Amino acid sequence: MSEQNGMFGASGSGDTSGFGGLERSAASFGSSERPYGSYFDEVTDELERAYPEFNSAIEKVVIDRGELTLHVKREKLFDTAMKLRDTESLRFEFCLGVNGVHYPEDKNRELHAVYPLLSMTHNRRIRLEVSVPDSDPHIPSLVEVWAGNNWHERETWDMFGIIFDGHPGLTRILMPDDWPGHPQRKDYPLGGIPIEYKGATVPAPSERRSYR
Amino acid sequence: MTTRDSYASATDTTEGRVYSVTGGDWDSLVTEIGQTKEERVVVNMGPQHPSTHGVLRLVLELEGETITEARAGIGYLHTGIEKNAEYRTWTQGVTFVTRMDYLAPIFNETAYCLSLEKLLGITNDIPERASQIRVLMMELNRISSHMVALGTGALELGALSPMIFAFREREKVLDVFEMISGLRMNMAYVRPGGVAQDLPKGAIAKVRETVKELRHNFKDNEKLLVGNTIWMMRTQGIGYLDLAGCTTLGITGPVLRSTGMPWDLRKTEPYCGYENYDFDVITTDTCDVYGRFLIRMQELEQSLRIIEQACDKLDKSEGQPVMVADKKIAWPSQLSVGSDGMGNSLEHIREIMGTSMESLIHHFKLVTEGFRVPAGQAYAAVESPRGETGVHLVSDGGTRPYRVHFREPSFNNLQATSAMAEGGMIADVIGAVASIDPVMGGVDR
Repeated sequence: MSEQNGMFGASGSGDTSGFGGLERSAASFGSSERPYGSYFDEVTDELERAYPEFNSAIEKVVIDRGELTLHVKREKLFDTAMKLRDTESLRFEFCLGVNGVHYPEDKNRELHAVYPLLSMTHNRRIRLEVSVPDSDPHIPSLVEVWAGNNWHERETWDMFGIIFDGHPGLTRILMPDDWPGHPQRKDYPLGGIPIEYKGATVPAPSERRSYR
Repeated sequence: MTTRDSYASATDTTEGRVYSVTGGDWDSLVTEIGQTKEERVVVNMGPQHPSTHGVLRLVLELEGETITEARAGIGYLHTGIEKNAEYRTWTQGVTFVTRMDYLAPIFNETAYCLSLEKLLGITNDIPERASQIRVLMMELNRISSHMVALGTGALELGALSPMIFAFREREKVLDVFEMISGLRMNMAYVRPGGVAQDLPKGAIAKVRETVKELRHNFKDNEKLLVGNTIWMMRTQGIGYLDLAGCTTLGITGPVLRSTGMPWDLRKTEPYCGYENYDFDVITTDTCDVYGRFLIRMQELEQSLRIIEQACDKLDKSEGQPVMVADKKIAWPSQLSVGSDGMGNSLEHIREIMGTSMESLIHHFKLVTEGFRVPAGQAYAAVESPRGETGVHLVSDGGTRPYRVHFREPSFNNLQATSAMAEGGMIADVIGAVASIDPVMGGVDR
């Protein structure tokens, strides 16, 4: 996923610790092996049964920290969502919105959209994850499936620049309409100004020497 | 994918591509309006309107006094907390997130910490006493939040006295918060691994006394509003939203429970040991503002019941730790409440400055550097006064969050404004919004 050098976040700020040569890399998760445990086997089996294209739609199944994540191809997202909602044995009738994550180092899959789903019928939770390249940030909208995703998708567009095709009115929601850029992307600076305090100057939070 | 734009056609010229935007011309607009016979008025309510619960803007299209279209405009209180948190340590994140939904700070903190503890894999290592204190604080917070919901809700519909009683009760709860955490709001009291400090001496007695007073005083508002003819006429059948509507719009909390659905995360997915407490999930089946009002009224009593049980449990767990045993995660300092709020206790300062160099190094490293969180993502949710507060955290293995996302119930539930208000009278939109009880700090984050 990412590689980091040294111990401090802000570069060129004089690392005097002597640990500047430390290297650390965080890898992304591979697909999990069966059995998944808990109700996760049942959910994946039922989805596979209800959705013949399961194998081409689901890129990988990740079990981590007691949570099931289905990585879905964007072309199949809408169909997968419909199956998850309408199949009697699945019944994920509740979607808790969508949320973006920006991984600049994950080449050609920089933008991820994460959908936490809840089945009140079975009291189960799963998560869908879709990743798209920065150069083509289109994901089909799920407002038709779960109307409550309307504002969440607008927020994700506003903050990350992910375009949800088929959204009834994809406009900015938190930032002003004429705002340039998408603030929560990693390449968007935090900003801030240095603060003078009793003769000393405290740099802006993003410029401070900090640990990784 | 698609590059077609139905609003701006493009022509290639020698100077490059030229887009011409059409539509929205004044002439065509006038002709269009001239063709309709009805009188349509667009009213901008807010963002400074006193009855819109903070800086919420409602764009209402009216036909006479009937609302044909209602749109909510938000973003006036956007503070970029989620972005800011990416530039601070995991522990400092608590201080940020507590300021989101400012009427339910403890819920924000707890949801954040539960999610972080899931990421760290220490969910089962949290001391019992810490969970008991969290429950105590959350239920007290639910009361203070519901008090604002009831008080301002009544105020916005023209009933002034309930607000005075409600804020009187809220003050009592805030006094307890001040005694325990040093602060009345935005306490940053719940910390990763436990809580910032144990309850001070006499806190339980004070809580018990407050419970007694609250139980007695709640009757004042009950007498004023429950069964009050004017209040019922203003609220019954208003802001209707049934179960199907709630489900598709992702609505949780009292609005969902007013459809008769007994969905409460404290029962369905217990956290912080809620399975050990005896309480009822309150529902009504009226799907209207009055039903939601009744639910909030009765949830107060349920919260008092939980607080009493928490007090009994806390009496028994006296002296037990309130922070996880792992010294690589536990906040090193022992805090105490002084005259100017919560701060390092004198004993701790004496230890790190005077007696133990190792303690000083440990303190310094953990406070400035923080702890590392294994890479991955986690989602944890709590039942806040407004519904499901869900926190999605992503870590890249560092000492700072890679992504903090709050699934705010206010943000989500405010979407129901259109469904509740359209087709109704303009005076009823106030009641509908008040029954959602949105907190704009949480909506805009």
